[in-house]
Amino acid sequence: MANEGAPAHLINSSTGDWEMVIGMEVHAQVTSKAKLFSGASTEFGAEPNAQVSLVDAAMPGMLPVINQECVAQAVRTGLGLNAKINLVSVFDRKNYFYPDLPQGYQISQFTQPIVGEGEVALDMDDGKEIRVGIERLHLEQDAGKSLHDQDPKSSYVDLNRSGVALMEIVSKPDIRSSAQAQAYVSKLRSILRYLGTCDGNMEEGSLRADVNVSVRRPGEDLGTRCEIKNVNSIRFIGQAIEYEARRQIEIIEDGGEIEQETRLFDPKTGETRSMRTKEEAHDYRYFPDPDLLPLEFTQAYVDDLAAHLPELPDQKKARFMKDWNLQHYDAEVLVAEKERADYFEQMVGLGAEPAAAVNWVLNQHLGRINKEGIAFEDAPVSAKANTAILKMTAEGTISGKIAKDLYDLVWETGGNPEKLVEERGLKQVTDTGEIEKVVDEVVAANPKQVEQVKAKPQTLGWFVGQVMQKTGGKANPQMVNQLLREKLDVAES
Amino acid sequence: MKIDDATVRHIARLARIKVSDAEAKTLENELTGILGWVEQLSEVDTDGVEPMTCVTDMQIHMRKDEVTDGGYPEEIVKNAPESTDNFFVVPKVVE
Amino acid sequence: MSDPTRLTIAETREALTAKAFSAEELAQAHLDAIETGNAALNAFILPTQEHALDEARASDERIAKGDTRPMEGIPLGIKDLFCTKGVRTTACSHILDGFEPGYESTVTQNLWDAGAVMLGKLNCDEFAMGSSNETSCYDPVINPWRRDGSDAKLVPGGSSGGSASAVAAYMCQGATATDTGGSIRQPASLTGTVGLKPTYGRCSRWGTVAFASSLDQAGPITRSVRDSAIMLGAMAGYDEKDTTSVNVAVPDYEAAVGQSIKGLKVGIPKEYSMEGMPKEIETLWHQGIAWLKDAGAELADVSLPHTKYALPAYYIVAPAEASSNLARYDGVRYGLRVEGDDIIDMYEKTRAAGFGAEVKRRVLIGTYVLSAGYYDAYYLKAQRVRTLIKRDFEQVFEDVDVLLTPATPGPAFALGEKSGDPIEMYLNDIFTVPANMSGLPGISIPAGISGEGTPLGLQLISKAFDEEMLFRVGHVIEQAAGKLPEPEDWWSVS
Repeated sequence: MANEGAPAHLINSSTGDWEMVIGMEVHAQVTSKAKLFSGASTEFGAEPNAQVSLVDAAMPGMLPVINQECVAQAVRTGLGLNAKINLVSVFDRKNYFYPDLPQGYQISQFTQPIVGEGEVALDMDDGKEIRVGIERLHLEQDAGKSLHDQDPKSSYVDLNRSGVALMEIVSKPDIRSSAQAQAYVSKLRSILRYLGTCDGNMEEGSLRADVNVSVRRPGEDLGTRCEIKNVNSIRFIGQAIEYEARRQIEIIEDGGEIEQETRLFDPKTGETRSMRTKEEAHDYRYFPDPDLLPLEFTQAYVDDLAAHLPELPDQKKARFMKDWNLQHYDAEVLVAEKERADYFEQMVGLGAEPAAAVNWVLNQHLGRINKEGIAFEDAPVSAKANTAILKMTAEGTISGKIAKDLYDLVWETGGNPEKLVEERGLKQVTDTGEIEKVVDEVVAANPKQVEQVKAKPQTLGWFVGQVMQKTGGKANPQMVNQLLREKLDVAES
Repeated sequence: MKIDDATVRHIARLARIKVSDAEAKTLENELTGILGWVEQLSEVDTDGVEPMTCVTDMQIHMRKDEVTDGGYPEEIVKNAPESTDNFFVVPKVVE
Repeated sequence: MSDPTRLTIAETREALTAKAFSAEELAQAHLDAIETGNAALNAFILPTQEHALDEARASDERIAKGDTRPMEGIPLGIKDLFCTKGVRTTACSHILDGFEPGYESTVTQNLWDAGAVMLGKLNCDEFAMGSSNETSCYDPVINPWRRDGSDAKLVPGGSSGGSASAVAAYMCQGATATDTGGSIRQPASLTGTVGLKPTYGRCSRWGTVAFASSLDQAGPITRSVRDSAIMLGAMAGYDEKDTTSVNVAVPDYEAAVGQSIKGLKVGIPKEYSMEGMPKEIETLWHQGIAWLKDAGAELADVSLPHTKYALPAYYIVAPAEASSNLARYDGVRYGLRVEGDDIIDMYEKTRAAGFGAEVKRRVLIGTYVLSAGYYDAYYLKAQRVRTLIKRDFEQVFEDVDVLLTPATPGPAFALGEKSGDPIEMYLNDIFTVPANMSGLPGISIPAGISGEGTPLGLQLISKAFDEEMLFRVGHVIEQAAGKLPEPEDWWSVS
């Protein structure tokens, strides 16, 4: 097992330790223009039934024809998960009745999926790496959407989602904590976004997870699991698992038994609840879809896709650490989002010093973005502008303090940093005469402090602050320091 | 294989077809007869024989990823027993 | 002007070019025949008079300009399984009550593109499930043929009973049909018409209501082998909307008609000689063998050892696929809805009211054989047997060019005569089902008259995509059989 040797993430209770065992089924919407088996658009947010073809509505006599891009996307994803690509796979029908399932069956892959076993590596906050096994990845159709709030007696059915391609990515039960589960989904999402095979938008439902949770005493056999359906944020995944594990422990400790069932997570209460038990057990009557031939492609096709795969987060992280000497943690945070990593790389490409750039992007830039609560790519300060700010700082054109003010100015005005520095006179003052004038003023105006500094050299900083204030932060701090020491006769500390 | 009443009702439920008591009785006999008759297949030695997946030898044909369809919601709901604002309308589904 | 309804498609083609009559007159003559004859035969469930006349007039314009297409002005009937744009299509099931597709099936569109004219929609067994056309929600079709000295109503066979009856009774010159287990060839045999089931993948299934996707194939019913070749040429072709349609060029089928069969090797599969088979069927078969021998073919006894298992395997595979294909009829998007207490109740009531007894039977069998615990024993087993059946044919076709068999185990039977016992009804397809299970083309050619005075057919089966062989050899049988008697017109009322 992949996690052997890793410290167990145990839950302590009065009766002893418990271990969570978690497996995930992630449904990721394939990035494609058209649906898996029809030419209707996959775009989000259209008018009801406006993105529905005759095939998606399961009109009599309609037949599915597979979208080659969806196949390629599934293969790319399999490659990104270091997984076995199956050159022959089969589409099966999963039969059940539901109003948003027009065919009365979902076309999916049951016994022969397009992608087999693979693996994802996770860097945990404690610096440990853990590995989560991938069981399989298969292609299937999404269902339509039923709206239940429009009318007291009826549900409204919109088939715009019907037939959109999904990848179901099934993990092995290798996950041992909610933090690992969250890290797993984050990593998966990151890989998919790097690959461009899923946009990872959890709010729009492009990525959603079914979480299987069970608990056991460490070292014992697997317990009965419950499946929490359709959890659509990484935060909720953590909450749902924590709640569910404690619920199960409580039941077992009270002498009860866990019933295998499907549950729903309610974000309002932070609890999971049993879905109304279906009157009968599901019997999906899978069989190969006779409208579709087996999906076959060559190893050369796979090799070609592999050759054109973009750099993935793990590779990028390794390169950042090697080429630019970044700290592991910094590199990890940078590559977690492709936009972030690209932004950083763009800055370095424009001449920013890597160490300064990573610090600036992760603290100044990301700090402001998080404060504003906007998406990374929506931030108004470009990589070019930030590079210019860092360059001016490094060259001594502006001071570190001014750099931060300038950044805010660029954020608010959208202006060009160099121009702003010129227009607003933000240049660092390096003219000794000019600084000396201010130093003399400050010294003359504060005889008490002058007395003090002789005895307590550490109060020199107060003078520096006064001078900086009077120059609007523009004076070169080293020069101010130097001049003050000379004037006040304070030795280098 | 004797198909009993419970089995008839179970598969009718799976197939979402309501059957009356009288129908269930008839079906019990008919399905028992038909399934008994097809059981002669067990005489055939099929060890090592692959199940047929497609009757003709051909490769799957794939589409390009292009939006070529959709945009006619009125046509989609035109034949629906009940629809509103281009939605299909069904009895309330409780989740 | 002699009665143009009595002409074959080939003859009509010449008459139209020679302007012996107009396409409009031709269409009108057929509409009149439907008007006077359909009440008795119930072959057409929806004549489309105006549609027919409009199209015929358009054909006349083309003929006037010398811009004719291969089936210009030819009046056809269309089995109700083919979706026809703006024209009610129900597969003869209440579940599709009032359904008007906004699209045209590929096969019918191909026919209209070739200039053919639609006279109306034809009756068939509900969802093509049946061998007597007695399962239609529009009531049974009656065979224009009667037994000697009897006026008992006979079935035309099924499921394409409306197609066969209409062609035999001169209400159309050709009809589209579909064949899943024999639904073209069996009714052709029982009505003295020519019925061709092409190779699986030869005609597109797009827009044709599905019964069993791995078996369904569209084909023509006509009054001559040449007509069959003409019509298949127009129907067939690659369709990128159907993944199982095959991208093989459509040959000039008509060119095969009249070619010599000297030196061809004809296989006689011994397994088709079944216990309890009526003597007259055996005799007819021997007659066919003699005709082909006389025409210079070499005859060879061959063996298809798994033949007897084709029918039971079929009755697992076809219902399994049907149970899934028919799941879309749920009262939500089209057709019938019976209101219920909740969604499940609505489904169950709708499907109970919408499907007839035979359809329910097959949906339930299909559901059962796919259900948990039975899949391997039934469905997978049947698909393995199917592999063996296909292998039998492949081996035989290494040595022979074509197979000759009886088309049906007997002549047309009376209404109600076999509807009591499903298995007895299923046995009608015993000779036709193996070709479906193997995807091979087969044709039924009228070859003789039974002791009861009704027609009997012989079947030819060839290699995949060798329909030309069927036309070539079929034409020889047609010639040798000579002019067979015609059913006496009892159905027309003036």
